[in-house]
Amino acid sequence: MPTLRTLSFAALCAVLLLLLPLRATAQTAIEGETVYTMAGDPITNGVVLLSDGVIEAVGPATDITIPEGYTVHQAAVVTPGLIDTRSVVGLAGIYNIDDDQDQLETSSPLQPELRAVDAYNAQEELVEWLRNLGVTTIHTGHAPGALISGQTMIAKTHGRTVNEAVIDSLAMLSMTLGPQVSSTFDTPGTRSKGVSMLRTHLLEAQAYHEGMQAEDPADRPRRNLQMETTARVLAGEIPALMAVHEVPEIMTALRLADEFGFDLVLDGVAESHQLLEEIQASGFPVLTHAPMIRPSGPTGSAAFDTPAKLHEAGIPFAFQSGFESYVPKTRVVLFEAAVAVANGLPFEAGLAALTIDAAELLGLADRLGSLEEGKDADVVLYNGDPFEYTTQVCGVFINGDHVRDTCL
Amino acid sequence: MRTVLLCLLSLLLAAAPLQGQDQPIAFEGATLHPVAGPPIANGVLVVADGTIVAIGAAGEVDIPAAAERRDVSGKVIIPGLVDTHSHIGRQQGGDRSSPLHPEVRTLDAIDVRDNSMMRARAGGITSVHIMSGSGHLLSGQTTYLKLRHGDVITDLLFCDDPTTDICGGIKMANGTNPIRQPPFPGTRAKSAALQRALFVEAEAYREEMANGTASRDLANEAMVEVLNGDRIVHFHTHTHEDILTVLRMREEFGFNVVLHHVSEAWKVADEIAAAGVPSSIILLDSPGGKLEATNIRWENGRALAERGADVAFHTDDLVTDSRLFLRMAAFGVRAGMDEDAALEALTLAGARMLGLDDQVGSLEPGKDADFVVLSGPPFSVYSLIEETWIEGQPVFDRSDPDDAKFATGGMGTYEHASGHVHGQD
Repeated sequence: MPTLRTLSFAALCAVLLLLLPLRATAQTAIEGETVYTMAGDPITNGVVLLSDGVIEAVGPATDITIPEGYTVHQAAVVTPGLIDTRSVVGLAGIYNIDDDQDQLETSSPLQPELRAVDAYNAQEELVEWLRNLGVTTIHTGHAPGALISGQTMIAKTHGRTVNEAVIDSLAMLSMTLGPQVSSTFDTPGTRSKGVSMLRTHLLEAQAYHEGMQAEDPADRPRRNLQMETTARVLAGEIPALMAVHEVPEIMTALRLADEFGFDLVLDGVAESHQLLEEIQASGFPVLTHAPMIRPSGPTGSAAFDTPAKLHEAGIPFAFQSGFESYVPKTRVVLFEAAVAVANGLPFEAGLAALTIDAAELLGLADRLGSLEEGKDADVVLYNGDPFEYTTQVCGVFINGDHVRDTCL
Repeated sequence: MRTVLLCLLSLLLAAAPLQGQDQPIAFEGATLHPVAGPPIANGVLVVADGTIVAIGAAGEVDIPAAAERRDVSGKVIIPGLVDTHSHIGRQQGGDRSSPLHPEVRTLDAIDVRDNSMMRARAGGITSVHIMSGSGHLLSGQTTYLKLRHGDVITDLLFCDDPTTDICGGIKMANGTNPIRQPPFPGTRAKSAALQRALFVEAEAYREEMANGTASRDLANEAMVEVLNGDRIVHFHTHTHEDILTVLRMREEFGFNVVLHHVSEAWKVADEIAAAGVPSSIILLDSPGGKLEATNIRWENGRALAERGADVAFHTDDLVTDSRLFLRMAAFGVRAGMDEDAALEALTLAGARMLGLDDQVGSLEPGKDADFVVLSGPPFSVYSLIEETWIEGQPVFDRSDPDDAKFATGGMGTYEHASGHVHGQD
């Protein structure tokens, strides 16, 4: 028989354990020698206060008094949490065996109904790897490789389950044009055939979407998972995320967006430097290929200075890790931006493309991308210039939780 | 008479470029990293006839009166990089007919005109070890190349005569990559048994050679070179148990070996150091991509160097990009490796592992004039490779747009690039 004393001890323990997660999200002060808020000029000797999962205050140390009871952390450089605008991590796992590769279903080239949330593994080791290097938000999901490979989602790199991690369960619809599709499927076997198949599908979805507007429910078409997803693209609810690399594919993507009137996000775009005027005129953003992507086949024209050229042309862009089929299994946007900055992209433009520009591109700038009062408490601490090879990421906060405290 | 004059004139003109090569060049004002000694601020490097003739601080070096003098103040000069493991030049090794191909030479397939060779020059690589893949227990004889400009393989070889000389090492592998359908092995133990049987057969052949009873056998001839210590085994191996299998086999047959990749070096660094076996390692932007690489760590360089084990880096191009070779060592530094050790691991250590350290790998009088001119410190992301020199000749010059495109990439630069990635062949 347990005594009353051991029972009350157990009760105390239970209460303490319940409080633990709260304690982790309690109040934190971060002192940075340089704080890049991405909302105004960098602050020398700045302070960021985190409370209840959001940013409570940001400013110079001379203006902010750290309240009693706040845990204080110090860093040479502080930035907002980094955003990877195109990944497959969580669907594609570290082992690269059949069991952990769920990023591309090859039974059909058109499968818009595949939801990313049904496959995302929040406990995947590569999610942890990205988190430890300052990536706090990922736009992830179905990979390039099919005309329509499935849906994408946006998640924090924190949380035990997809439910805890997800912040947008349907972000975009992943599409691919070009030889990459023909290497996976018997048909389409050519670029033109692929485009005709996609247009046929879009026409069907257009008819479905129009049919669903009928006033009398009896006149509406039967519910169809494929059609209702693609219809959401046509209705302007979500963008088409089109993986294109070579000039003919880029032009085709712009042509399709014009024909069907959907919002387009260009993905990869190794030859974007050949069509800067056309892309800029379209107004559509580019999730630029990782500068260090292997230059081979369709990406043979990729360049370290593509981001610099997009920036100069005034094209909205952000960084992505993309899809890697072998080693390394994921890229890290912090490292990709560093190479872009070393090849002509201004320092602050590089940082913006990892944070506030990426948040705007994903439609989440109201809560992500900068260190501003009321925004999510996603913060990264470094022991030097974030882009230097030898600088380490020494601390990561997500939703105010101190999720990493070791330098990497 | 006029014809004779014209002939003499053309001879003189034809000789002019040669004379240019012979003229000594003095590089003045840069920070020099000889690797063989401490860095020299405001240094002078004198090269002539393709060789380093002097190196030292300004004022302490005799600059020949005839020398062309180049002001490189503010720059940093390091030895030409030695890449101990690369797949540039559209290399090929053995085919699927057997898991063992000691008779196959990569030098018979390398395309020295492929633009991947310029990718390496743009990355400051001056000596490269080109090898075939790891999808075999032994995929073929490897090739050591100097990345001089040249139209044919013989222009780039380290050896004099590919018909009679040893022009590289030999590539072996264990772990998952060579495990395939028969005639390939299905297990690790079978892999080791097949490799040991090859050595046992070579031992018998060596005896026949001594007795004068051996008939020509290309495979056994190469393996006897291995047994005699004249041809180095470059052994692809990842996990700690596979690493120990290589050490065990070396103990049994007594060959010279370099461990390659060595993803789990941090787990058996003591054993590697105790065996006195060098490691040629790779660092990756993320672990995984294959089961064997899930435990790879950036600390591998530090773990080996701290124990006194010889360690070099390699690109495994196109697993990592030759243009970013300096970056890999910088990541070693990020994980605690000493900067001097990291620079040595890009240069002199690699030269030792290829048996070429008497000729390349450091800035010392008498060695080949192979060096790289950087705009800043070697391990900074902001430092650009401005020039790569081999034997006193520039092979990459970033100020020339025709060369610069190979550094940055761009339209058509690597359109038909060789893209060997292990395990996908």
